[in-house]
Amino acid sequence: MSTKSNQRSGALSKSSAEPRQASESRLLQLRREAELHGHVKGIGVQPPGAPFPKASPQSGYYGVPLLKQPQWKWEIPVYFFVGGAAGASSVIGLTANLAGADEKIVRDCRYIAAGGGLLSTALLIADLGRPARFLNMLRVFKHQSPMSVGAWTLAAFGTFSGAAAFAQFVQDRLNIAPVRVMSGMAEGLSALFGMPLSNYTGVLIGATAIPVWNENVKQLPLHFGASGLNSAVSILELLGSDGSRALNLLGLLASAYETYEGMHLESQNKRVLRPLKRGVSGWITRTGGALSGPAPLLLRLLAGSSGSDRSRQLRRMAAIASLAGSLLTRIGWLQAGQASAADWRLPLEIEEAGSERPELPSKRAA
Amino acid sequence: MSTTAFLTDSTLCIGCKACEVACKEWNEVSADGFDWSGLSYDNTGALGHSTWRHVKFVEGTPQPGLGGNAGDFMSWEFSSDVCKHCEVAGCLEACPTGSIVRTEFGGVYVQPDICNGCAYCVVSCPFGVIQRNPEDGRAFKCTFCYDRQKVGLEPACAKACPTESIKFGPLEELQLRSQERLKELQSRGMADAQIYNPTHTSVEGLHAFFIVRGDPGQYNLPPNPEVPTAYLKDGWRSAALGAGALLVGSLLAFLTSRGQRRSRR
Repeated sequence: MSTKSNQRSGALSKSSAEPRQASESRLLQLRREAELHGHVKGIGVQPPGAPFPKASPQSGYYGVPLLKQPQWKWEIPVYFFVGGAAGASSVIGLTANLAGADEKIVRDCRYIAAGGGLLSTALLIADLGRPARFLNMLRVFKHQSPMSVGAWTLAAFGTFSGAAAFAQFVQDRLNIAPVRVMSGMAEGLSALFGMPLSNYTGVLIGATAIPVWNENVKQLPLHFGASGLNSAVSILELLGSDGSRALNLLGLLASAYETYEGMHLESQNKRVLRPLKRGVSGWITRTGGALSGPAPLLLRLLAGSSGSDRSRQLRRMAAIASLAGSLLTRIGWLQAGQASAADWRLPLEIEEAGSERPELPSKRAA
Repeated sequence: MSTTAFLTDSTLCIGCKACEVACKEWNEVSADGFDWSGLSYDNTGALGHSTWRHVKFVEGTPQPGLGGNAGDFMSWEFSSDVCKHCEVAGCLEACPTGSIVRTEFGGVYVQPDICNGCAYCVVSCPFGVIQRNPEDGRAFKCTFCYDRQKVGLEPACAKACPTESIKFGPLEELQLRSQERLKELQSRGMADAQIYNPTHTSVEGLHAFFIVRGDPGQYNLPPNPEVPTAYLKDGWRSAALGAGALLVGSLLAFLTSRGQRRSRR
């Protein structure tokens, strides 16, 4: 106990440069009283500016955050980006194939999906606290856990997209009917799991206790899905399909949705959304939003899909902006989760200092 | 096996931290440093991977007559916090490996031999209890002394508590006792005493509940904790909508661009 008080007074003398006259004389009084009577009545010394935080309905528990911050590392936002692009490209590949579009798009999609599935798995395993136990993810299936649903989806997607890519490899060398049937089936199955893979990550972070995430649980899957579509289209264009009208159309759709999402977020003035607008996380999210929304939208509108050199150039610029924006969007949202968890007022439903605490339901009895 | 519970009566707590020490000793939880917080006598901070019991020291503004204190003394409340072992537990629902289970005693238990440290439980706990140990890689929290309960012993913290502020027993019995205790406290003039056990939210009640004085927010107990599974329906509905839009949109885009087919490269 004595060590504790020594430590505390040490900290105090550092923070307050000069001892105050009033508190010094009060200390003398207290010592004299203690000497004479053996105990002290009345309040002690609280020098102004000293760290004597008080708990109150307005300050919560000294402002110590109640929620735990997300402990995911850089692998998770990158996985969100890669998985989103891979999932969307498998769907693009299937529909391109069904509609009889350019073979190059179909082939690229199969390779992107397979590569993305592989990379996603590697990223997820790397983020585990115990990577060697990654197979425990497939120990049970829990529909109520988006992480479990996601692990199974990724496992299935990785398998089928890998099969489709391998079939493509064979098909390019031995184009016979059985190979085409097999590759088509694998492609269909990979697109089936690619659909949820492209946007389930929105549910994954939306269905958590982190306020800024669960506030946006309805928007996040659509937002992340559009972001995934945007990046899949962009990769395909950068790989040379920058003359395809369908891809430009999809890019326009995705960036139009991203523009709407950005405007939707900016138009709301809620405290819970603050990490998306202020601080480091806010500027990452905003930069990501601008790069994946209005910037490619404008460039694509200018470009059209004429196939001219100028159009191709503009579309490649749009593609690069979209890819950067899509990655920044995921990083921004995960950073926003960190900031949101540190905001101790939100889970305690305490208004900003100065305003009154809102009425709370008083049904707390057991 | 009957469902067991903790009733932590903060009006009896003297802030001795014996529960913190007993918990660490029995469960062999690592020390977490000697940092001085400056927040009353609480140098522990919060529950976490290496803190499964945490005594909170709530210094309030002076309130005449509060707890028999002299008028100009501040109020000083202590409360030993612990994993709430929710009736519907966010961490348990979220765990993708099935590592987190409900035991035969009704507690929520992380099986350390199965946890692979995905850290999804961390963001799924509305009380900020469970945490991944960065050195070990796995997630940890209060086990409700599952090993001790297995052999008929009470949890280490309850055993060590010198004032019976931490009560351990059958859930229903403790729920009754908490009501009686509340009546007793109120009859003694502690009108601000209350039971903290959110049965009105999706958490549906706790297996470790509390009697506190004043606003539970001062003890970092949230007024409306929600199990994150409550948001699933909205999330999956949007995801299905998004997936459908992706498929249909993509198909339409390629079908309408058919005229352009194989015109290049």
